[in-house]
Amino acid sequence: MERSSSSLWRKIRARYNLVGNVCENCSTAYFPPRIVCRKCGRKSKMEEKRFNGDGEIFSFTKIRVPPDTFKDEAPYFIGIIKLKEGPMVEGHIIDNGVEPEIGGKVRAQFRKMYVEGDEGLIYYHYKFEPL
Amino acid sequence: MAGIVGYGVHIPIYRIKVEDIAKVWSEDAESIKKGLNIREKSVPGKDEDAATIAVEAARRAIRHAGIDATELGALYAGSESHPYAVKPTATVVSAGIEAGNKLMVADLEFACKAGTAGMQMIMGLIDSGMIRYGMAIGTDTSQGRPGDALEYTASAGGAAFILGKDKNGIIANVVKTVSFTSDTPDFWRREGASFPSHGGRFTGEPGYFRHITGATKLLFEETGMKPSDFDYAVFHQPNGKFPKMVAAQLGFTEKQIERGLMTPIIGNTYSGSSLIGLAATLDVAKPGQKILVTSFGSGAGSDSFAIEVTDNIDSKRKNLEKVMDIVERHKTYIDYSAYLKNRGSIRKT
Ligand SMILES: [Zn+2]
Repeated sequence: MERSSSSLWRKIRARYNLVGNVCENCSTAYFPPRIVCRKCGRKSKMEEKRFNGDGEIFSFTKIRVPPDTFKDEAPYFIGIIKLKEGPMVEGHIIDNGVEPEIGGKVRAQFRKMYVEGDEGLIYYHYKFEPL
Repeated sequence: MAGIVGYGVHIPIYRIKVEDIAKVWSEDAESIKKGLNIREKSVPGKDEDAATIAVEAARRAIRHAGIDATELGALYAGSESHPYAVKPTATVVSAGIEAGNKLMVADLEFACKAGTAGMQMIMGLIDSGMIRYGMAIGTDTSQGRPGDALEYTASAGGAAFILGKDKNGIIANVVKTVSFTSDTPDFWRREGASFPSHGGRFTGEPGYFRHITGATKLLFEETGMKPSDFDYAVFHQPNGKFPKMVAAQLGFTEKQIERGLMTPIIGNTYSGSSLIGLAATLDVAKPGQKILVTSFGSGAGSDSFAIEVTDNIDSKRKNLEKVMDIVERHKTYIDYSAYLKNRGSIRKT
């Protein structure tokens, strides 16, 4: 993950609260935020938007052999979530006893993603909980 | 005086039963269940800590209050299990609810009563006119030493209360609050120690009972109120038995405390304990009803509150997630080995 706390700091709003943006010209929503709208180019009018975290599972997969960072987590699910407002977001799916399924409704929750050893930073992040 | 404009609770979905802990230590589950009046306790997920619990509770409180998080002028997070020794939990919470940057923020620690201490501080800031709204949180993922009696009760959960002065938004007025404090070595944890130490079973009397009765009687003196004036009472709940005993000592009935008595089904959520009990009581309270809340924190001290429910409580429930619904939501039982793994005691090397 991050090599520096400054890169964490820049991404906090996106990671904690799914803050992306929307083009006021064509209403297309983006997460992560884009500087220019893909459709409108020079005509784009980007406004910050906090997505409310509701969405559905577009696809998912079970991770059995995780990267070192998540070695204590496996097995766990990650998925592509289609947010209610449109954007596709990748994220961890919380194990709450509800088997993930395509089209299944989820909601973003605030969780610990990764802890840097015994002395480093704690990285908080959204994860999606099946409803 | 300042009043409550919204609240939210979070309790992790995992539970472990007294039977599953007792089995490991060859103890008699039935006598523990009876002796402590507890059936099961909540356990945090591997990816939950006092900060994540606080954020989830705070988000629910913001929705219930119907305010924008940037309207908060202060936010205090009370816990005895702050994830960092230096780096305030409350900073993570304020970012987690998008409260912006223009607010006073600090962490508090007073064993199990840091949440109610935060409420008193917020009230002072509101009544002095320094802020319009403030949030006080009690949140913990507490741990008992394996094999210690505390292992049956130490659990995880939190509650966030938003206070304000806005007449149309207040669901319950705080009529009066007082505290009772002394230097009592009943329970402690030194910097760097993983588990707390305590003075054993004989510390109940000089700790819990002396301070709760001290603060509650002081509240009676200063308000002229008596137990029968209250519809409900909530006392700190280190187990399911102490609050019943202290209620009887003070002249309250079992019926007055049963709605707010959550420890038998979720365990002792430490800083969350009395606030979750208050939330569960507000979930069902009717306009005009009066609630007594007395917290307790080892070390030691108690904060006592006389609270009166307003007419706004019913209309504001449309955005409320009730405590019992949160307790039952996706509730998942785990065994002792999964419990150790969730707490990080077992790791892959
Ligand atoms: Zn566009």
